[in-house]
Amino acid sequence: MLYGLKIATRYLTANKAQTGLLITGVAVGVFVFIFMSALIGGLAVFLVQRTVGDIAHVTMEAPSRDASALLPENSGLLIVRQRDTTQLELLRTADAFIPLIEATPGVSAVSPQIVGNGFLVRGQATAPVGVTGVQPDKVSAIANIGRNIRAGSTDLNSSNVLLGTSLAEDLGLRVGQVVRLRSANGLELPLVVGGLFELGLDALDSRSAFVSLSVARTLFDAPQGISRLEIKLDDLNQAENYARQLAADTGLEAKPWTEGNAQLLDGLRAQANSGNLIKGFALITIVIGVASALLLSTYRRRPEIGIMRAMGATQGFVIFVFVTQGTMIGLLGGLIGAGLGYAALSPFPLPEVAPQGGLPIDVRQGAYDLAVTLTTIGAILASILPARAAARVDPVSVIGQ
Amino acid sequence: MSTLVEVRDLVKTYGEGDTATPVLKGLNLTLDAGELAALLGPSGSGKSTLLTILGTLMKPTSGQHLMLDQDLTSADDRELTEFRNRHIGFVFQFHHLLPDFTALENVIFPTAVKAGRETAAARARGRELLDRVGLGNRMEYLATQLSGGQKQRVAIARALMNQPELVLADEPTGNLDRESATQVMDLIGEINRQEETSFLISTHDERIAEICRRQIRVLDGSVG
Repeated sequence: MLYGLKIATRYLTANKAQTGLLITGVAVGVFVFIFMSALIGGLAVFLVQRTVGDIAHVTMEAPSRDASALLPENSGLLIVRQRDTTQLELLRTADAFIPLIEATPGVSAVSPQIVGNGFLVRGQATAPVGVTGVQPDKVSAIANIGRNIRAGSTDLNSSNVLLGTSLAEDLGLRVGQVVRLRSANGLELPLVVGGLFELGLDALDSRSAFVSLSVARTLFDAPQGISRLEIKLDDLNQAENYARQLAADTGLEAKPWTEGNAQLLDGLRAQANSGNLIKGFALITIVIGVASALLLSTYRRRPEIGIMRAMGATQGFVIFVFVTQGTMIGLLGGLIGAGLGYAALSPFPLPEVAPQGGLPIDVRQGAYDLAVTLTTIGAILASILPARAAARVDPVSVIGQ
Repeated sequence: MSTLVEVRDLVKTYGEGDTATPVLKGLNLTLDAGELAALLGPSGSGKSTLLTILGTLMKPTSGQHLMLDQDLTSADDRELTEFRNRHIGFVFQFHHLLPDFTALENVIFPTAVKAGRETAAARARGRELLDRVGLGNRMEYLATQLSGGQKQRVAIARALMNQPELVLADEPTGNLDRESATQVMDLIGEINRQEETSFLISTHDERIAEICRRQIRVLDGSVG
């Protein structure tokens, strides 16, 4: 069908202005498609980064213990012991799982932690805090404290604590000052404020304290085990799949971040749907544009099509010529639009580092190959109707014109 | 001479019911190989319809159409297209060249569309034919850059490209000045003599008809 390709190419190059306009129209449609993909994708990255960027993507915890029954089940009475909320539920076998989880492809960080509740006491002032004990080398593995440290450092040892700036402000604390940390079960340790962080999340900045794992063990009387494993993934959108897989591999409870952020996910889905709608309209515009231009071309070339048929061109050949034109218009317009889209979006900073108030466009999420593929398929589909109309041209009716 | 084309009891009616218009009314005709025949008749007599049916561009309402001993009456569109490409050439009153293609590309179209590509052999034959019709120096001209007479000579070369047994010409000189018309008819006569290609030429022009060895008159849908 090389000859059909030649005829199609000649038809397109014979009227350069019309073909140029048509390809430009397709390219603009593809540009809109890519811009919307990059904007909606970038917005999603921006929102997720801002809201869940500093939390674990998957959290593995010890299964909740049921309150223990004091009488046999068949006794007709149910008497249970009240759960001791001061006693931490611990993963005692976590050490065995950590190397396995760390070796899982797609897992970027694993942080074993002991967490509990306590109070910061400075003189007469007290403030409730969530205490997180972490390995000193993994202090920034989940929440990026290192990037958001405002004073002091992130170095954790057996005698210091890292606090959020809001919490430190409430208690009038500065780096280097001593504060007492009391756990819910009454144990108390004096600790030096080693660093102040500001993550931009009120829950963390005003109510959390990070200590080393050894301090947490002392504070919560947990000489062995950990209370949870926090895991970060390369792709946080895969959290649900990883949670399922890790739960199956270890027999522990694994919760993806999406479980506690349903509203955010709904918002992101609605946003993605709006974007898909706009992209759909851009594609429909391309299809209508290509179809109408080719229909016009078919009508204008009716005598030539009739002559081709009289000279021995089959209906299949005529269809091939017009579908090839549609394909070339779609492919060329798609490639040009994708190129322009990439060039226009590249100067925008990535959403992870986008300044406040800027457009969170993610050039990586332009969906260039999808845009070119869908546009080409759309143009092929758009050319089928004109191609069939061309193939049905009756040579007898046009030769006499 | 052997029989090339034979039509028996050919009937062609346009429309149906009250609007039915019979154009060919049981026409019988035989054309031998190597003939140079003129098809004469007043407007509306059925000349063009007959030419169209002989060219396999239209099917008769009834009757039989044979060419090269093949019954074309029952052939489907694809078979007719292939048959037409291999055995029949056309020359129309309005040259009907492809305007965006050069003279050479127009000439080799029937071969290229069959082969799916422009072969070197096809290009060589196309050049030879254009030389023969006196347009060796216009091969790379676009069809739109040629005069009326030149276009018609390109159309003749195109009609001969696949070495057809029959060339159907519908008023081939009707749109040309006298000098160009004479050149075209001389060319047709020469090809007919040298290659024994059969020509059936529809014309109103008695002078053109006299050049042909046989005159076929169509009157009111049948051969008179």
